Amino acid sequence: MAITVPPGGAPRAARPRGEGRKALLWASPWLIGFGLFFAYPLAATVYFSFHRYDLFSLEFIGLDNYRHLLGDDRAHTAMRNTLWLVAFMVPAQTVFALGVAQLLTRLKAGAGFFRTVFYLPSLVPMVAGTVAFVFILNPATGPVNQALALLGVTGPDWFGDPAWAKPGLTLLAMWGAGNTVVIFLAALLDVPRHLYEAAAIDGAGAWRQFRDITLPTISPVIMFSAVTGVIYALQYFTQAMVAARVASGVTDSPGSSFVPGYPEGATLTLPQWLFHQGFRDFTMGYACVLALVMFAASTLLTLVLLRRFSAFTADGEGS
Amino acid sequence: MSVTAAPAARGARPAAPGVASARARAALYWIARHAIAVALAIMFLGPLAFVALTALMTDRQALTADLWPDSWNWGNFAEVFERAPLLRWLGNTMLYAGLSTAFMLLSSIPVAYALARFRFRGRNLAFFGVIAMMMLPPQVVAVPIYLVWARFELTGTLWPLILPMLLGDAFSIFLLRQFLVTIPREYTDAAKVDGCSDLRVLLKVVLPMARPAIAAVALFGFFYCWNDYYGPLLYTSTAPEQWTLSLGLASFRSLHSVQWNLTMAATLLVMAPVIIVFFFAQRVFIEGVTLTGVKG
Repeated sequence: MAITVPPGGAPRAARPRGEGRKALLWASPWLIGFGLFFAYPLAATVYFSFHRYDLFSLEFIGLDNYRHLLGDDRAHTAMRNTLWLVAFMVPAQTVFALGVAQLLTRLKAGAGFFRTVFYLPSLVPMVAGTVAFVFILNPATGPVNQALALLGVTGPDWFGDPAWAKPGLTLLAMWGAGNTVVIFLAALLDVPRHLYEAAAIDGAGAWRQFRDITLPTISPVIMFSAVTGVIYALQYFTQAMVAARVASGVTDSPGSSFVPGYPEGATLTLPQWLFHQGFRDFTMGYACVLALVMFAASTLLTLVLLRRFSAFTADGEGS
Repeated sequence: MSVTAAPAARGARPAAPGVASARARAALYWIARHAIAVALAIMFLGPLAFVALTALMTDRQALTADLWPDSWNWGNFAEVFERAPLLRWLGNTMLYAGLSTAFMLLSSIPVAYALARFRFRGRNLAFFGVIAMMMLPPQVVAVPIYLVWARFELTGTLWPLILPMLLGDAFSIFLLRQFLVTIPREYTDAAKVDGCSDLRVLLKVVLPMARPAIAAVALFGFFYCWNDYYGPLLYTSTAPEQWTLSLGLASFRSLHSVQWNLTMAATLLVMAPVIIVFFFAQRVFIEGVTLTGVKG
């Protein structure tokens, strides 16, 4: 680490070491939290994954839970659905957000108003937004299918049709992409203006400018947003769960007949299946195996993120 | 902006007629861009408008394909309050979001400051730990943590979600730290030379400068809790008197299955506080979001 000497050269300028005890004291709440809510539960999850555990009895069963995973069709469905979200929902949201942000940089009239409008839905509570979308995409009475009918298109059954439930959730995700729009907008406005001016003089059109100047300059921000989008897709829970509940009309509570994923497992994701196994069926050992699958995937992605973005951890002092 | 200038620059090489057509093209582009923006704005606001219009319909009309209410049934909102313990849900949500945010700020700011300013061995390791915790899907560690709270007989309450905030929140620590490292060292060093303790430096020098970041973190924390569904579902789904707005709303439609108007009225009531706060604190939100994404 470089020793930065502050201008004015105070004689007591901090040295690289010597603040360790102080730092330990200041960071102690988080260190305890790290142990209690990260290290311990992670170790316990591994431990439980080798056991049959239903809140009352704990029995060592070796690799049986892992073997069960291999034959668990619902877990496989959940993983396939998660892959679908990664392959379609994340790119759709990212590209859409980039398009909207690009449009915002080109607006002369009412840019502030449009920015507010595009950001607003991302604040709407997820449950409320999902309930609203189930209604709006309701095949019989919803305005979307009515508008499609005006165009002579018979709209799909959306949240009632296994083939259309995930596209419906994708529309919801695009509606709530305001966060990403704001991030992209800030990045686009940071692209040095003179690069565009130089390209324009060379006769580059709008598309060439976008492809050769805009995209390369902001690609770290796009990459960052895409990777966090994928990590978020791994955790996808609330919207899928609420859409299934509202569309099927069955409540989820311990002992109810609700099985997540309505219709026909189309909206089932890994965290939902984990939740169902652990806290509805109380097969907690197996739920821990599912948790470890999620953990492996998210760790892999986090490492990709950290490797690509060493600037992420830079301390801004030229170390 | 530069793109609008591009056709004009090219057209400048011939003479006057080219300039005129270039100007016409620029005007056309202007109109096209704003037309797309208006169409998008309608798509973004449309869902909210449909929710509001349906909320005001009669039970019967809400089941039809009508878009516009025949009569404006403002009483639907009152009926929602009668049908569901909305105020209790609101109170629980406020308790959860308010206490969590207060605890989170109290515990996270000193940690972020230590990570940003103190020089010690293992600092990068500690920061890596923060990132690891931030990226961990909450479901991964849910089973063991749930079992611990069950042992303390706190399942069935919101405390398992509130109390951990006393021990720092990884996302907030990360965000605050990213902001605090940008504060020039000269300020804190100067205060120290004047004999200020670290705590005084934090309170008198750093906190006033970090106000935008703290406001953003507080708002994010508050809204995270306000919108949270997974946490309350995990701990309170068997204890309806502890439900939050999100949990209550998700079960509302199954309780009143065919009354879309009431469901939409309840949905609107859950959305309203967030939207109102947004209009007062818009700048804080947008600056905060920018803070999270640009550091890439």
